[in-house]
Formats: sequence, structure tokens, C-alpha cells
Amino acid sequence: MSVSIGRHLLSSQDLNNETAVALLDTAARLDAAMTGREVKKLPTLRGRTVVNLFYEDSTRTRTSFELAAKRLSADVVNFSAKGSSVSKGESLKDTALTLQAMGSDAVVIRHHLSGAPRRLATWIEGSVINAGDGTHEHPTQALLDAFTMRRRLRDGEGDLKGLRVVVVGDVLHSRVARSNVRLLRTLGAEVVLVAPPTLLPVGVAEWPCEVSYDLDSALPGADVVMMLRVQRERMTASYFPSAREYSRRYGLDAARLAKCEEHTLVMHPGPMNRGMEISAEVADDPRRSVITEQVTNGVSVRMAVLYMLLSGEGVANE
Amino acid sequence: MPAQSHSASQIDLQAPKTVLSAEDMARVLDRIAHQILEKTRGGDGVVLMGIPTRGTFLAQRLADRVATFAGVRVGLGAIDITMYRDDLRSQAFRPLAETREPAGGLDGKLVILVDDVLFSGRTVRAALDAIADLGRPRAVQLAVLVDRGHRELPIRADYVGKNLPTSVQQQVKVRMLERDGSDAVTIVGPAEFEEGHGE
Repeated sequence: MSVSIGRHLLSSQDLNNETAVALLDTAARLDAAMTGREVKKLPTLRGRTVVNLFYEDSTRTRTSFELAAKRLSADVVNFSAKGSSVSKGESLKDTALTLQAMGSDAVVIRHHLSGAPRRLATWIEGSVINAGDGTHEHPTQALLDAFTMRRRLRDGEGDLKGLRVVVVGDVLHSRVARSNVRLLRTLGAEVVLVAPPTLLPVGVAEWPCEVSYDLDSALPGADVVMMLRVQRERMTASYFPSAREYSRRYGLDAARLAKCEEHTLVMHPGPMNRGMEISAEVADDPRRSVITEQVTNGVSVRMAVLYMLLSGEGVANE
Repeated sequence: MPAQSHSASQIDLQAPKTVLSAEDMARVLDRIAHQILEKTRGGDGVVLMGIPTRGTFLAQRLADRVATFAGVRVGLGAIDITMYRDDLRSQAFRPLAETREPAGGLDGKLVILVDDVLFSGRTVRAALDAIADLGRPRAVQLAVLVDRGHRELPIRADYVGKNLPTSVQQQVKVRMLERDGSDAVTIVGPAEFEEGHGE
């Protein structure tokens, strides 16, 4: 195996171990290069256009991609479904062809339907980056999570062999969980999913991870506890009796955190439901919570992804 | 890239020819270190910025020599120019190397860029852009181990270890102890012309 990335980043599965490590290395270099310098900009993507195509609300991912593209000197066009022709009923394909006709080099897409980025990739010539599709995948989130873990627990080098990561909560609706399970496995970490049976997807037994219904027994020995947001907006049925009961059994509070190791990190992809899956005290714990660091690292990781996808078009990256 | 065909009028086209041995390289670096001291009047305010990979080793060696000869500790850093290249669109993904700004930064300093081979001048052009984003030096100079000609930009070196007339098809290979296990500069070709390191 070697470093190889195609034209698109649609899924964590697009990355093998070497490529993922190369991406994290690149992100680390970019992060180091950007800190403390006079001009916080690199000329790498000068004259290239990156389109942010967001069919779903997002603060951090869209801003993060925008900042990443701008730090690489690309021109950025932000396109959200609200206030565009989409609200007049334009299809994804027609929107894609319009963007294509305007000469975009990369499209960063977030869509409420799983698989939309993959469809988009068949219609346009530029690169497509999946910034979250339905309940499917969110590969750059997994990359920034891996970057954060590597920096904190592996001195910023190599992969994540031997790390034990417990992912807790609404796995059913979580593209973050799907992308993380795959990427973390590729990087050599062990993943444990913890959720009530109603919030686990069909076929989870086939995933390359352990599954548990009991948070308290999963916490000892965990290097990372990643809390997932309870996605109320995607819930069409009642998956648990009450918020209070969910919080009691699957919420991370100070008492639970005390059962973890000294070095255990607390992560959350945001936005958080404070008091639901995570207590405010834990979220703001300066020693263990790396939630704001995840956001910071997101910019460097997305710069690395843009650089990797947009360098050497038409060259086989073998 | 496929091997380009050339008239085989010369003999033994493939055999690498050593143009600088380890001893030669040591003497050449001694001389450049002395020249730097002479030209900068004692090395005051000098910062050596190596261009990775081998330029950083050369910069380190030059800094050590300057310290030995004159007892002066010049600034030492590294500047990765990958993100400033003008051929990113046409080349495959390149991993990034380290950029290390010396303590005290570059503002008002006399920056000497250090690279192994000066060829098209495009690396140096990229390095000048990279330097401008880090700070505003008083002046920028260039030191290279080998100048092999074939400039594509109006760039020249202030300190040259060896001027080496080459054909474009030839490759100049610099080996350094720190990375390659031994010191040597060899010239290969004109069997194949490959862009990449050492331009």
C-alpha cells in the first residue's frame, strides 16, 4: 500500500492507512506553518475555486472549510439551499451542472440525503468532498478527530495503533460515528460503540468494532470518550423514554468521567446538547475536554484534504 | 516519464560520475563558510535558512563551521517551499517538510537561503515568496553546493560550492551523511531526465 487518494473524498473508506497518516502529517505541517507567521495564507490554491454547497445548516463545518480554502488562497463561493434556486425546486443535478459551468475545482457538499455526494461526483469534473451526507459519512470530521487524538496521545506521529476509543450515543443517526469507526480502524485503534439498542443501526454487528449497551462498563481503559449529539431533528419516533433517562444512562458527567483513566480525552463533534449527552462541567473541563481543540484542528485537516485532492490533477497519485 | 532517446555518441552514458567526494564537499563547505563571514563582515545578523531536505543539512553544517571559524552563532532555520511551488497542478501530491523560523524571526536579518543544487531557479523563486510571508529581512542571499546552470528565471547564487556544466538530460545527485549515509555529488545521465529533487 502507498499514499493514494482519488479525485474525491466521499467516505473514510477512501483512505488507506498510509494515505490517512500522510493527510494527518500534512495537516500537522500546515498547522505548524500557520502558527506565528506574519501572513496567515499560503498561495497553493491561487486561482482555484472551491464551492461550499450546503443543503443542511452548519456552522463549524462550513466556516472551517471556508477558512481552510481561503488560507490556501482559493476563491470560495458559499451556496446554501436557503435563498438559492433550490428553494425554487432546482434538482441537485441541475445545481451541480450550474456550478460545473462556472468552473469550480472542488465542491464541498453537505446534504440531508445519504449518498448525495457520490451522485454529485458522477456529474461534475472537479473534486467532491463529503462534508456530511444524511446518516452516512462525514470523513473530514473523522480525520480531525484522529488528528486531535494523535496530537494528544501519540505525540503527533504515526497512526493510532492500540488506542481504545469509546463512542457513545446516537449511533443510528450519526455520520460522525460511521466515519470514525472506519477511519479509526484503518489507523489501528479499537472502537467501542455504546448506545441504547434503539439507537444502534441494523447490521452494526458487522461493523469492525465492539458494541455495548452499558456505558459504565465501557469507560475503564478508554483512551478517548467521544460523545455523540442526540439528533432530535432526525428522530421520527421515540427512541428512549425521556431525555432525563437517556442522560442518566448515556450522558457523560463528572462522576462518570472520574471512572476513566487519568489521560482519557473527552470529545464531541458539536453542536452539544449540554445537560443531555454531556454535562457542562465535563464539556468545559480544561484538562480532559478537547472539544474546542477539535474545531481548531478542523481547519488544518481540511487544508490538508484540499491540498491533497487539488494537487496534481490528472496525475495518478501512485 | 519514459527515457528520452539521444544519440549514443558519448560512451558510458549510464555510469554515475563523482564530481565531489566527501573530502571535496567538506573543503567546499569550509570555503563557503569563510566567504559568508567575509561578505557579511563577521556574520552579524545572519540567518541561514535551509531548503528541505538536504538544504537544511547544509545550513546546519555551514552554521557549525561559522561557529568554529569565528565563534559566531548565526541564526538557523528551515523553510519548506512545497506550498509555494508553481507546478503543484501538474505534479502528484508532495508531502510537506518542516518550516522552522529561528528565534528572533527574520525581520531586519540577512537571510541566506541554502540549497543543494541550483538548476531552473524555480525553487529559489518559491523560497523568496515563502520568506516574504514569514517576515521582512534586510536582504536575502543564496548559497548552493552545486550550480548546474539552465536557469529559467533571473536568479543567481551569492555563494557557489561548485559550478557544474551539465546537459538538461543529466541528473545531479547529492548524497549527504545525515540522510543518505555518505557525502557525495554525482552526475548521471543523460539516460533519463526526471524533475523533482535537486532542481
